[in-house]
Amino acid sequence: MYRSHVLVCGGTGCTSSGSPAIVEKLHEEIKKNGLEEEVNVVRTGCFGLCALGPIMIIYPEGCFYSMVKVDDIPEIVSEHLLKGRIVERLLYTETVTENGVKALNDTNFYKKQHRVALRNCGVINPENIDEYIAVDGYQALGKVLTEMTPEQVIQTILDSGLRGRGGAGFPTGKKWQLARTIVQDGGQKYVCCNADEGDPGAFMDRSVLEGDPHVVIEAMAIAGYAIGATQGYIYVRAEYPIAVKRLQIAIKQAREYGLLGKNIFDSGFDFDLDIRLGAGAFVCGEETALMTSIEGKRGEPRCRPPFPAEKGLFQRPTVLNNVETYANVPQIILKGADWFASMGTEKSKGTKVFALGGKINNTGLVEIPMGTTLREIVFEIGGGIPNGKKFKAAQTGGPSGGCIPTEHLDVQIDYDNLIAIGSMMGSGGLIVMDEDNCMVDIAKFFLQFTVDESCGKCTPCRIGTKRLYELLEKITSGRGTLEDIDKMEKLCYYIKDNSLCGLGQTAPNPVLSTLRYFRDEYIAHVVDKKCPAGVCKDLLQYKIVADKCKGCTACARACPAGAISGTVKEPHSIDPNKCIKCGACMSKCKFGAIIKE
Amino acid sequence: MAQKKCAVPFAGTAEQEQELMAVIEEHRDDPGALMPVLQKAQDIYGYLPIEVQEMISQKMGIPMEKVYGVSTFYSQFSLNPKGKYKISVCLGTACYVKGSGVVFDKLQSILGIGGGEITSDGKFSLDDCRCIGACGLAPVMTVNDDVYGKLTGNEQELRDILAKYE
Repeated sequence: MYRSHVLVCGGTGCTSSGSPAIVEKLHEEIKKNGLEEEVNVVRTGCFGLCALGPIMIIYPEGCFYSMVKVDDIPEIVSEHLLKGRIVERLLYTETVTENGVKALNDTNFYKKQHRVALRNCGVINPENIDEYIAVDGYQALGKVLTEMTPEQVIQTILDSGLRGRGGAGFPTGKKWQLARTIVQDGGQKYVCCNADEGDPGAFMDRSVLEGDPHVVIEAMAIAGYAIGATQGYIYVRAEYPIAVKRLQIAIKQAREYGLLGKNIFDSGFDFDLDIRLGAGAFVCGEETALMTSIEGKRGEPRCRPPFPAEKGLFQRPTVLNNVETYANVPQIILKGADWFASMGTEKSKGTKVFALGGKINNTGLVEIPMGTTLREIVFEIGGGIPNGKKFKAAQTGGPSGGCIPTEHLDVQIDYDNLIAIGSMMGSGGLIVMDEDNCMVDIAKFFLQFTVDESCGKCTPCRIGTKRLYELLEKITSGRGTLEDIDKMEKLCYYIKDNSLCGLGQTAPNPVLSTLRYFRDEYIAHVVDKKCPAGVCKDLLQYKIVADKCKGCTACARACPAGAISGTVKEPHSIDPNKCIKCGACMSKCKFGAIIKE
Repeated sequence: MAQKKCAVPFAGTAEQEQELMAVIEEHRDDPGALMPVLQKAQDIYGYLPIEVQEMISQKMGIPMEKVYGVSTFYSQFSLNPKGKYKISVCLGTACYVKGSGVVFDKLQSILGIGGGEITSDGKFSLDDCRCIGACGLAPVMTVNDDVYGKLTGNEQELRDILAKYE
């Protein structure tokens, strides 16, 4: 028995900020102090508060140390672990109260969260199957195989109201039911897991795979039993090396324990899993493209129908669900459909994980019951906008989604409400923007993304997105007209209506939603030829305020284009025809005399 | 797509070829094995020159046009060799709104190469990438497996990072 457990986050965020070196140093110091028998060090999955990484929690006290450095470790070991004195200077300030340490779950960041999909992340060692089993892991699979018929499993999932967490929100139980019933020729069926998390700024699937890989394996086996499949594939991004490694370890352990393979739980049910790595194509997150890619081909989508439930992978009936969807399944089986359906809104049950990013204080991962408002997420859980700036918009749904402005901050988040306000749930990326972000530039950024990632198979998407991008470029460079805005809108609807797959059908959303809520910014670009946020270079002019200029010549010397002239100790001026708008002068000026407008 | 031709002569060894053949053998009965084989081949050679794709095509009995179609479809496959140190700047949304575009521009001017290119001494190659999932540290760049986060786009900061790989 250990008297202390030190949990160090081993997710990608904290690994990037140096947690492996910290674990190493911990082992070294613990050994030096002869505490190996008393203190256990565990590398866990993501705690969620990535902005404060590397993160460490020491139990039984529950001390939450943030931004830990290797040099802090000797102090933590000799003071906290050896002498029992908490190192207060390293505590997350939110947890420090007058009466000592406050539990992490009572802090603003965690208070409103409800962890279902992420329940084991940051709690167990993801590389040890025994720790997963200790928190009821594989119990749901056991229950399903020994006590339930496949129909009962499907009914439970249907009753729970679980909808696909990949973005579209199709009822999961319905999907399983179709795959079970449409084709019954006794041939092979497949269960696939979509872990090709491509939306930039979304990393919840990665965190589940890194922090709790067994939950996905267990849920896929349950799905296999429900639809009558014996083989599964997990399609995961090669950009997630830690997740891939932990999945490989987890699959190996599950096979050794007989939880994958032949005759699982003596039930006569066989199921096995293989990993397939993606190779950096965003379109492969689309279900038919993903399956084409597993078949070893160019990941191009195909027409539906036939739907995957009828003809999917290798032309056989296939169920494909997202990682986060699977992460909910074992809990639903164990705690019942009613428990799950008691959370959330009328049509969106359960919880949703969001990746908070951009201009927000607490960047990281949060899981909230459906129906929480955006205001609660951004200002309570997320801690608001840094540097006293003003909130401008929150972008959800990645390149397929839209920007939500201030006036909709109080909308309850669920699938249908987000669509009603012109965005979508998507996989759960939530990027916050402040007054320094130009909405036309953001729309252009997303279009650049879809132009790059369009697979090229259908014309409306391949050529339409390119034309749309060119129109945006015209506007941000100051050559746009009001007519261009109308043209753009028309083109958006044309692309939406005519593209083959979800990528093209949703590609115009960033443009449409910014046009809907920030039309005045577009108009400022085309009529006044100004970028109100000061982002679009071509519309900016650098100017020297004569009253403030001391004539020190620092700017003139810094200017690479020789655009600044003037005599010493006299106010200088910038020749707009020569100025390349690099901003070098502005960063050199000590008197704040150079402005851009 | 036009730039997918490789200017560097192919210099594969017999050992590498043997290793590749073993990989193909291992995947013989796997349905849809082309992707994993190409991924392993890229691990072995560092990139996927046309010569390697031809070997795969012949050994697996898959027409060259199919192999080439797949290798040029996915951004992770590279038909050109990469630098000794591979620099990637994340241009995902979270990084972009925090200024990773500036970091990418600065690196291009410091290294004197564009995105997708390699310095003439073969030391650095520069690419942009989509989200690596370290959004809490935005903006981020990676050099091989090292991650640098919370960048400011300051030129000296970037020069200091590159200096570690001299």
